[in-house]
Amino acid sequence: MGVATYIKDEKDAIKEVILQSGIKVRPSYTPEDLERIGFDYEEDLGDPGEFPFTRSLHPSGYRSRNWTTRQYTGFGTPEETNERFKLMISHGQTGLNVAFDLPTQMGYDSDDEMAEGEVGRVGMAVDSLRDFEIAFKDIQLNRIGSGLTINAVASVMLAMYQSMAEKFGYKKTEISATPQNDILKEIVGRGAWIYPVEPAVRLIGDTIEYAMKELPRCNPVSVCGYHIRESGCTPAQEISYALMIAFAYIDNVVARGYKAEEFVGRFSFNLNVFGNIWETVAKFRAARKLWARLLRERYGVQNKKALFLRGIFGGGGSGMTKQQPENNIMRGAYYALAAALSGAQTTALCSFDEAYTIPTERAALLSLRTFQILMDEIGLRDTVDPLGGSYFMETLTKEMEEKILEEMEKIEKVGGMVEAVSTGYVQREVARQAYEFEKKLQEGKITKVGVNKYTEGVDMEVELHEYNEEWARLQIERLRELKKDRDNKAAGESLKGLEGAARDQKNVMPYLVECSKHYATVGEMANVFRDVFGEYVEPSIF
Amino acid sequence: MSDMTVRKIRVLLAKPGLDGHDRGAKVVAHAMREAGMEVIYTGLHQTVASIVNQALQEDVDVIGLSIMSGAHIPICRKLMGLIKEQDMGDKLVAVGGVIPNKDIPTLNEMGVGGVFPGGTHFDEIVKFIREKSKN
Repeated sequence: MGVATYIKDEKDAIKEVILQSGIKVRPSYTPEDLERIGFDYEEDLGDPGEFPFTRSLHPSGYRSRNWTTRQYTGFGTPEETNERFKLMISHGQTGLNVAFDLPTQMGYDSDDEMAEGEVGRVGMAVDSLRDFEIAFKDIQLNRIGSGLTINAVASVMLAMYQSMAEKFGYKKTEISATPQNDILKEIVGRGAWIYPVEPAVRLIGDTIEYAMKELPRCNPVSVCGYHIRESGCTPAQEISYALMIAFAYIDNVVARGYKAEEFVGRFSFNLNVFGNIWETVAKFRAARKLWARLLRERYGVQNKKALFLRGIFGGGGSGMTKQQPENNIMRGAYYALAAALSGAQTTALCSFDEAYTIPTERAALLSLRTFQILMDEIGLRDTVDPLGGSYFMETLTKEMEEKILEEMEKIEKVGGMVEAVSTGYVQREVARQAYEFEKKLQEGKITKVGVNKYTEGVDMEVELHEYNEEWARLQIERLRELKKDRDNKAAGESLKGLEGAARDQKNVMPYLVECSKHYATVGEMANVFRDVFGEYVEPSIF
Repeated sequence: MSDMTVRKIRVLLAKPGLDGHDRGAKVVAHAMREAGMEVIYTGLHQTVASIVNQALQEDVDVIGLSIMSGAHIPICRKLMGLIKEQDMGDKLVAVGGVIPNKDIPTLNEMGVGGVFPGGTHFDEIVKFIREKSKN
């Protein structure tokens, strides 16, 4: 839950503050601290918009451009989701962030036995291009970009997104999609994996290579520290793991004969915002700086824009509590503030009811309003990197940088991220920390309001999003109709083509586009890969 | 445990269905082990049939399910049906995860012995299992 450890005396005075990343905070900071850490303005900060971008990617920050708001949205059928998309846009949301149900994320069609009870539950059900055509109806795809929160079958979804946009008359060069497409973090922290590590990473390489050539406005991968942090790692580990994961994907594409410079500028990141506000802001400043510096050192990237750590910095679910849920509205506001002080390009916030289920319309709108108030009322657009130059913030940023590098070194020692994930090293480390944290919380060594302090009073009841079983029936019916109506011969042939490409190590993306356009289903495409690649087996981590 | 039984309480901790959030399951596994129980963790994406099968083969006293997706009612209904069919009524079934309070009576009616929403103290879970399991 992101809380620092406070050691106090009997009069409740704080004697020691230990941030989750292991950094001790001093009671006050002076110019001597900057001297102690060897602070150098040019090397450590640079002007906003200048290498190493610690302060900001752009010289004037939010003055030139407000952040994009992108609440995670989707449930039930594509019709329900389309309505919610339009509602959010009509209230000023500037991007979409699509939630898919678990069967879709796991490459099962809605009528699959494995999908029972899950169709449309935690996101929208998608079986074929037809569902995308409904979900994105009347959305201006050349103006609104879409995050697609899907990983194991992200290649399928990106192909489907392109096919849908082309059917609506958009050019593939003008659409902007950001599939999450980060399988390594999925294995560590979110669990929606299908294929073994090696072919799964290859699929990511395929999407990056394809986007480089065909989809210039798409961000083919959104590297997620977010979910690893949700699973229990520290903020410093979150960044170190995310950077190491990004390097694994870069290496895959570089091995195909490309230069990192040609594609890495389209990488984006999905990082977590909750817990201690200073540690959070320092984390993002250190992350921007390290990414730029390491891309130069490891891959010789020179182009300024290719060095940008761009991302969605999202208000974290782990900070939210089931107890006294309305407190989460305030928590969300502070997380949003931290994201703004950190220079996020895009933001999303877990809604106050998300410790229970996916958000209601009211809760989702409250999250959106939280961002809008920050930008339009409180003054977060006034000047760039408002905390820059603070003795405390600059010291902490440098200390975070060192912690992140320490953690990266540990991963390098076990052979890089692919190896560290394959053997379960990272999973073990994360699970251990989650347990220790939970234990400290239960013992009252760390404080969470409404959970182990100020727990008095009646627990507030909140109105919750209700799942409707009718959605599954409708979705299955539509799938049956689709299989009757479509040109089954063409669909079958396109799937054969896909199988050949998967076996022959060709880039599968053009074949997936072909399959999508012939209304092959997500399950059919995912099963082609299951047949060719097999399925992932979890290492035992206990 | 007053008869000094040597055999530890055996718990199958399972992640049924497609939900991949396993932080809670792993944390509880750690806690149960620390309390002296033997914990077998199934890993992710298990079918109900495979969970029941593993429970039989491992001869566990307790089946613990961790469910975050909201599908706890259909999953538990299926599991309890299968347990009855297999004549495994002596197994204690407990469920944890994202479970709204209003669903607890429904789960209890199905025969789920214990429901532990996120945030439940380890002590409470351990005490419950020690008291209720047939070991």
